[in-house]
Amino acid sequence: MDFAFSEEQELLRAAARDYLADRWPSDHVVTTADAEPSFDGKVWRELADLGWLDPSLGLLEHAVIAEETGFALLPAPWFSTTALAGPVLDAPLQERVAAGERAVTLAWAEPASWTLRGQRSSVRADGDRLTGSKVPVADLASVTDVVVVAADGLYVVDLVEHPDVVVPLSTTDRTRRLGELRLDGTPARRLDAGLDRLDDVRRRALALAACEAVGVSQRAMDLAAEHTKTRQQFGRVIGTYQGVSHQVANIYVALQLSRSLAYWAAWAVSEGDPEQETAVAAAKAFATESAVLACESAIQVHGGIGFTWEHVLHRYYKRAQWLEAFEGYGRLHRAAVAAAILDGNGTEVAA
Amino acid sequence: MDFRDTPEEAEFRRELRQWLTGSLPDDWTERAPTVGRFDVDTSRAWSKRLYDAGYVGLTWPKEYGGGGAPYTHQGIFLEETARIGAPDHIGGIGLGMAGPTIIAWGSEEQKKRYLAPLLSGEEVWCQGFSEPGSGSDLAGAKTRAVLDGDEWVVNGQKVWSSWAHIANWCILVVRTDPEAEKHRGLSYLLVDMHAPGVDVRPLKQITGDPEFNEIFFTDVRVPRESMLGQPGEGWNVAMTTLLHERGTLGFALTAALERQLRNLIRLAKLPTPDGRIPADDPVIRDEIAQEWIDLQALRFTNYRSLTTLAKTGVPGPEGSVAKLHWSETNQRLTKLALSLQGLAAQLDGEGGIWDGFWQYQQLRSRGNTIEAGTSEVLRNIIAERVVGLPRSR
Ligand SMILES: Cc1cc2nc3c(=O)[nH]c(=O)nc-3n(C[C@H](O)[C@H](O)[C@H](O)COP(=O)(O)OP(=O)(O)OC[C@H]3O[C@@H](n4cnc5c(N)ncnc54)[C@H](O)[C@@H]3O)c2cc1C
Repeated sequence: MDFAFSEEQELLRAAARDYLADRWPSDHVVTTADAEPSFDGKVWRELADLGWLDPSLGLLEHAVIAEETGFALLPAPWFSTTALAGPVLDAPLQERVAAGERAVTLAWAEPASWTLRGQRSSVRADGDRLTGSKVPVADLASVTDVVVVAADGLYVVDLVEHPDVVVPLSTTDRTRRLGELRLDGTPARRLDAGLDRLDDVRRRALALAACEAVGVSQRAMDLAAEHTKTRQQFGRVIGTYQGVSHQVANIYVALQLSRSLAYWAAWAVSEGDPEQETAVAAAKAFATESAVLACESAIQVHGGIGFTWEHVLHRYYKRAQWLEAFEGYGRLHRAAVAAAILDGNGTEVAA
Repeated sequence: MDFRDTPEEAEFRRELRQWLTGSLPDDWTERAPTVGRFDVDTSRAWSKRLYDAGYVGLTWPKEYGGGGAPYTHQGIFLEETARIGAPDHIGGIGLGMAGPTIIAWGSEEQKKRYLAPLLSGEEVWCQGFSEPGSGSDLAGAKTRAVLDGDEWVVNGQKVWSSWAHIANWCILVVRTDPEAEKHRGLSYLLVDMHAPGVDVRPLKQITGDPEFNEIFFTDVRVPRESMLGQPGEGWNVAMTTLLHERGTLGFALTAALERQLRNLIRLAKLPTPDGRIPADDPVIRDEIAQEWIDLQALRFTNYRSLTTLAKTGVPGPEGSVAKLHWSETNQRLTKLALSLQGLAAQLDGEGGIWDGFWQYQQLRSRGNTIEAGTSEVLRNIIAERVVGLPRSR
C-alpha cells in the first residue's frame, strides 16, 4: 500500500504550479474568460511545450494536471481535449494535438440522452456526412475539432473548415463555455475507436472532474484563509471568531476527504481496478459537491466583497457548479454506488 | 501510488484471515450483531488469544512484546477484524493512548514493566484527564500531587474515566506546581488503581450503561519514579497521548464504521412488518450510498496519512480530520438505522430488532463528538494549527 505520487509526478506538479502561477494569475484568467473565446494557439503551444498534451501521459499525470488547472482555473480546453476526446483520437490527430496545433472536444449529450453511460445518439451518418444536433458541448467554441458520438460510431468534424456548425450558448462558467453543435450533412471523418470506448472515457472524465474539483476547493480554502487572517471587525481579526474559523475548518475537512477519493479514483481507473466504477462515482459526487460548498463558505466569510463580480471567487464557484452538473449531480452517482452495494453481494464492495 | 497489498502484506492478510476464521465460532458471521455492550471476561480471553497469536501491538518494538511490524500491518489487522466483526481487545485505552505514551516517554524499566501485560490484556488502563472543572481545557486540571519523601501524594477528582472500574492502572494528569503558568505546572503519573485512597464510582451513561466513572483520590501515595517525563512536563506528555488518541486511531475508527455500515446494509435488506424492503427506497439508497462514500473517504485519508507517516515518521496533517469526520458520519449512520425501523425504533430490548443493537449504537454515538476532544475543539485545532488562522482564545 503506497499512497504517494512518484517523484516524476511531483515534479510535474511543481512545474504546473509554477507555470500557472506565472502565466495565469487571477486577473489574467478573468480577462481571458470575459473575452470572446476562440482557439488561442499561443496558449495551446505553451501547454504542448509543457508536455500536457502528450498522448503518453498516464491518468495519474492527468490527475495532477487537472488538480492544478482547477486550482488556477486555467481557461483553456485542456479538460475537453485530454479527459473527454483524448482517449478516442487516432494517431495522426493525437500528434497534431501534442504539437499544440489542434484542440478537441467531445460531443455526446443531447436532451434525450445526456450521459455517456448508455449513450443513444440521434446523430446519423450518411457515408462520411453527419446530420443531427448535440447540446451541450464543452468548449465547443474554443477548439479546432469535435469528436461526435453518432448512432453508429465516433466521427471527427473539423471546425476550422466548418465553423458554421457551432452555436455558442451563454454559460454560467465563462471559463468553460458550452455550445450547441448543429450538423446538417456536415463532412466528418470516422474514427477507428468505437462506441464501446465511451465507458472508459466516462470513468476517466469522472475521475479527472473530481481532481479538478479538489483544485477548486483548495483555492477556495486558500482564499478564505487569507481573507480571514487579515480582515478585522470589532477590533479583531475575523478568523478569531469561531463562526468564521469553523467554516474554514469544514472546508479543510471536506477538501482532504475529496482529495483522498479523487486520487483513489484516478488510480483505480488507471489500473482497471475492480472497484473503479464505485470509486469514480464516489469521488465525483463527493469532490464536486464539496467544491460547491467550499466556494459557498468562502463567499460567506468574505462578506460583501465575496458577492461581487469583481472578486475572483464567483469564477471558482461557477466552475464548481459546472463540475457538479457534469455527467449528472451527486444523487445519480450515489444511485450507482447504492446499486453496487445493495443489489449485488454488497458486503464485498463495502470492504 | 499503489493501493494493492505488497506480496508480503497479502501473505500477512491471508494468514490473519485464516486465523480469525479458525478462532471464531463457525456461525460467527451469520449471528446478529450483539448489542455492543462489553463483556469483560469474553473480551479478556479474546485479548489473550490475539496476543498469543502475535496480533496485538503489531507496530510496537519487539523487545517489549510488540511485533515490530510496519504500520500497514496494523491497518490490515483492523480492516480484517472489522470485516469479520471480531471482538475488540479489552485494553483500548492502553493500546491507543497509555502504551504509545509510555513508548515515547517511558524509562527502560517502565517499558519493561507496563507494556507486555497491557498487550496481553492482563492489565487494563484508564485515562484520568478530565475533571469536573476542566474538560476541553485540560491545562486547567486541579488534581494535586505533592512530593513527600519518595512518593507523590495525590488528592483530587477525575471524571468521565472510561473503564476505570475495571482498570489496573491510570494515566493521570496532576498539578505539581500551582505557582507555575498553567501548562507548566502539570505532571503525568502512572497510578495503581488498587492503591489505598483510590475510589471509583461508576456513572450511568445516556445508554443506561456505566461505562465511565468518577475517580476520587484521597492521599493516594504514588512512587516517585511512576512519572512519565519530568515534573512540569505533564502537558507535553499529555499531548503525545492526545496525538495518538485523535490521530493514529483513524484506522480503528474507520474499521468500526465499516462494521456499522455492513450492519446497516444488512438491516436495510430486512423486510419491514408491512412488507417493504428499505433498501428499495430511493431516498434510503441515496443516504446509504452517502455513508459508504464517507467511509471510503475516511479510509483513503487514513492511507494517505499513513503513507506520510511511513515516509517521514510523522502522520500527515490530513489525519486530523479522521476523528472529527468519523464521529459525525457514525452519528448520521446510526440515526439512519433507527429511522429504517419505524415504530420498532423505540424498542430497545426483546421484541426489538437485534435486541436493541441500533438503539444502543445510536445513543452511544452521541458521545463520539464529545469524547477525545469535542468537535468544536477539533475544529479549533484544524483552523489554528493546520490552516494557520489566529487563535480564538
Ligand atoms: C463517552 C465518553 C468517554 C470519555 N472518556 C474519558 C476518559 O476515559 N478519560 C477522560 O479523561 N475523559 C473522558 N471523557 C471526557 C471528555 O474528554 C470530555 O467530556 C471532553 O473533553 C469535554 O469536556 P467537558 O465535558 O468538560 O465539556 P466542556 O469542555 O465544558 O465543553 C462543553 C461545550 O463547550 C464547548 N467548548 C469548550 N471549549 C471550547 C472552545 N475553546 N471553543 C469552542 N467550544 C468550546 C465544547 O465543545 C462543548 O460543546 C469522556 C467523555 C465521553 C463523552
